Order: sequence, then structure tokens, then C-alpha cells
Amino acid sequence: MKRKITGAFIIVIAVAAFTFAQQNQNLNVEVHLLPVQGNVYMLVGAGGNMTVQVGKDGVLLVDTQFAALSPKILAAIRTLSTGPIRYIINTHFHADHTGGNANLRKAGSTIAGGNVSFDIRDASEGAQIIAHENVMNRMPAAPTDALPTSTYIGDLKKLFFNGEGIEIIHPSAAHTDGDSIVFFRRSDVISTGDIFMTNSYPIIDLAAGGSIQGTIDALNRLVDMIIPVYGQEGGTLLIPGHGRLSDFGDLLNFREMTIIIRDRIQDLIKKGMTLEQVKAARPTRDYDPLFGTNTGFWTTDMFVEAVYKSLSPKK
Amino acid sequence: MRYALLLAILLMCAPAFAQANLDGVWENLTILHEDWPDRLFGPELGDYTGIPLNDAARLRADAWDASLITLPEYQCRVHPSDYVPSFAAIRIWEERDKDSQQLIAIHTHHFAWGTERTIWMDGRPHPPEYALHTAMGFSTGKWDGDILTVNTTHLKEGWIRRNGVPRSDRATVTEHFIRHDRHLTLMTVITDPAYLTEPMVRSRDYVYQENQQIGAYPCEPVDEVIREKGTIPHHLPGTNPFLDEFANAHKLSKEAARGGAETLYPEYEQKLSGKK
Repeated sequence: MKRKITGAFIIVIAVAAFTFAQQNQNLNVEVHLLPVQGNVYMLVGAGGNMTVQVGKDGVLLVDTQFAALSPKILAAIRTLSTGPIRYIINTHFHADHTGGNANLRKAGSTIAGGNVSFDIRDASEGAQIIAHENVMNRMPAAPTDALPTSTYIGDLKKLFFNGEGIEIIHPSAAHTDGDSIVFFRRSDVISTGDIFMTNSYPIIDLAAGGSIQGTIDALNRLVDMIIPVYGQEGGTLLIPGHGRLSDFGDLLNFREMTIIIRDRIQDLIKKGMTLEQVKAARPTRDYDPLFGTNTGFWTTDMFVEAVYKSLSPKK
Repeated sequence: MRYALLLAILLMCAPAFAQANLDGVWENLTILHEDWPDRLFGPELGDYTGIPLNDAARLRADAWDASLITLPEYQCRVHPSDYVPSFAAIRIWEERDKDSQQLIAIHTHHFAWGTERTIWMDGRPHPPEYALHTAMGFSTGKWDGDILTVNTTHLKEGWIRRNGVPRSDRATVTEHFIRHDRHLTLMTVITDPAYLTEPMVRSRDYVYQENQQIGAYPCEPVDEVIREKGTIPHHLPGTNPFLDEFANAHKLSKEAARGGAETLYPEYEQKLSGKK
């Protein structure tokens, strides 16, 4: 019990320290918009990538990065649309994806009435923030204005906005226990949240209900959702939680790495190796030039430890 | 007056003379003396000779299982632009502005998987790092005299050799297209900070084909093997039984077959001799 509390405490402290450092640094960060396809843009700044969908109905955002960046993010959005921000969808609860919730919500408005009147506290004031129920549960310390105003349970919520159907899909126990994948069906773009990244090993937040197998299941689900134009390219495009705009081939490479490392650590566990012995065996060393790091919020050792603990029989 | 007019015309045409015209179909199947292992049937397992790869790349190649390409989602994966010219014929054509006749781009079509790439010649910048990476990458070119030099970024992860030796998505590629009458030499320099310890240099030759066309190359994935969902064929570290086959079959030193920058240079032969 003591070890479990210590592990979870370390992750919480690491997230807090990382967030604090990012908040202080990101006033100087530039915000960039990249057209993806259809109605969808990728917004790059600090923290997790954002998705911006614009059209005649207004603006929909996926995630909000850090609060300090909100003025720059708003200015960038206004280069695309002067319409109201209607929806914000949080892919999970981490502060690098929800830090700007309160600011960007205040900048928007909701069409209230009908059964939406009771969906949010102050009717039409502010955009609606949609997230899985577990996101709300994981944000006890967040200011009230930053909390989701519309949560869903189960594994799917549907919206129709700006002329296209939008699926909000909940894979269970992946990066956290409150993840959402957002699929813009007409634009053919998927916002993956931190289930998929191009510049880091999978971040598995065990303390928040994440798991390696859940991550792999979610990656397999993404593979099933994508239709490339030819080979592994084009067609459905992916906005990853962190890193560059991607497509099917990038996702396959990331899934391949994740499964191979899972298999290696599983094999070492079967051989009776301790966590320290597994770390010493360096099961990630061929992928470290691409995804590994010994510094920062999510080190290679932390990834190996998370996979080891996720695969180890529960005592 | 006539000479002045002729001189003026010649001066106006001078850039065109300095630049070669690469248009046409170029075939390499008639000159099979180079890169043979990379063509058609593919290289042998465990053959890393001639590649300045690092330990991480070596381990990835050791873990690679050829069954990977039986997975439907891998069957139609195209050769990246730095590898596909090894395979077979290419067609090259120019795109020019109709009015000014300024060169906008040079395009290439490759027989293998029917891929096409654009080499931008209009001075446009490369996209930001967070833009999409593709198998063909983003290429810009310029003429150095009659040599076309091309720089490519934004490559998706590919392979140096299709027996599992990886080339990362961080690699950049410089190419030189050099025409000698009916022959074309393509020199490729791959710089990969993730998996190579020094640039990987290749050259390939092509012969101009006046009457050749390039055939279609459709690819349709099919279920070849019934597997549990999400299975990725690979060898766990230290368990690949095929790695020594290449060295044994060709009576090479096993160490030399493992490749690496040191093995590329003549001094290495002396080192091996000294060991004997």
C-alpha cells in the first residue's frame, strides 16, 4: 500500500512540476495554426495539440493547452472565424490539455433552452465543455469554470456541428480512465489525445486508471477507424496529443513500437525479472533515439516502470 | 544584325543550356550491377553490410520479422523516396508556368507502388516540423550547373534496407541527379541522427528509354494469415535464428556482416586480417 501511494504521489508531483514550469515558460511561446483538411485545423503552442473546427455554426475546440496561452489561442482562432466558440471537448484531464478551459469557455457561448438549460450552470454563458465523466472526477482541485459542463458515460457520444457528424469515443483504461478520441467524420480527421504521440513513448498514467493493454486496444481501435488513400498514407488524418500531424503510417509505427515493447517486458516478467532487472535489460533501446529521454516529465525509465507495473499480476 | 539577334537568343537560352532536361522514362533493370540485393526479391536477413548503422538500428533490424508484411495494413506500404529508385523504372517530367516558362517543379513517378513525388523548383520554403510527414517527403531542388541537387525533409519512417534496417522520420536526404547523355546517375545521401552514425551514400544508374512506358502497380490488402487482433510479428532480443545465415552463406566475418561505419572503409579489411 505504501509503495502504491508513493508511486502515485511521484506522478502527481511530476505533473504539477512540469505544468508549473510550462505555465511559466509558455507566455513566450508562439501559437501556430496548420490547416488539416475539411473544416479542421491543428493548433500548436505549448502543451497538448489543439484541434479547431470552424464553420457556419461557430467554433469547436478539442483541448485548451495552458491558461497563459489563452489570449494567443483566441487571437489565432479569430483569424479563422469570428463565430462563437460553442464546444470544447477535453480528451482527458491533464493540465496541458485543460489548463485553458476556463478562459476559452468564457470566450464562447452555448445555445441554451430545451434540455440544455439545465446542462450547464449559467445557461448560455460560456461554451459547453464536454468530457468523459472520469475527467470531471479527476479534476477536484480545478476552478469551477474549468470543469466539464457536459459529461458522458459509456463509450460514445455524438454531436452534429458545422455540417458534420462528430463521434466522441471513450476507450477504457488507456492513457487515463477518462480518455476521449474525437472523430470528425466529414473532414475525416481524428483528434487522438495522448493515446497517440509522435515524440514520446506512450504516457500511461497508472494512478489515473491508465494501462498498457488499454493503450494498445485504443491504438488498435484507431487503426480500424482509419481508411488511407493508398498504402499507409493520406485519407484519415490524425492530430496527435503531442507531436506532428500524422496519418495511418505514423500510427502503425507507433503501435508497432508499443506492442513490441509490451511483448519484450511481458517476456522478461515471465522470466521472473524484477523491475530493476527489466530496466537494466533496456527493452526500449532500439526505439530510444526516437522516443526516449532521461529528463523531463516522462522519462524512458518511467515508461518501462509503467508497462512493468501494468503487466505485473496484481497482488 | 543577324549575329546580334542570334547572340541575344543564345543568351536568353543560356539557363536552359546550363540545366539538363531530365524528362523521360529511365530504366535501371538493364544495368543490374549495383544494389542488386535491394531489387525484386529483396536482401538477405542479417545483411547489414555497407550501412553505417548504430546499435539501436541493428537491434531493430535483428527484431524484424518478415512476417510483418503479411499483415494487411503493411502489405501496400510504399517504398520511401530514398529507397524506391533502387527498385525499377522512373519517369521524370517538368512542370512549367505556361506563360513565363519558369520551372515550377520536377515530378517523378516510380514503378514500385506507383508513387509520385514533387521536387519544388520555385524557391518555396519547407513546411514547419509539425506538418505531415510522408513516404515521399517534401523536396526542393536547385540546379548546380547541370546537376540537379534536391533536399528532402518531412519523411515518414522508412527503411535503409528492406530486411528491417530502419531509417527514421528525422532523416534528411540530399540527392544529385547527373545526366550524361543517355545515362542518368542518381546519388543519394541519407543523414539520420537516430539510426546512422554517418551519412549513408548510394548511387544508382539509369538508361534513357525512348519507347518505354511504366505499368500500373495496384495493391489490394488481403488476409494472408489469421491472427489475433493487434499481433505484430517480431523476434524478441537474442532469439532471431536467421541472423548468421547471410555471413555463413557468403563466408563473411559475422562481425563484418553486422555493418557499421567502420566496416565501410578499406582499413577494416586490414583489421579483420590482423585478427586472423
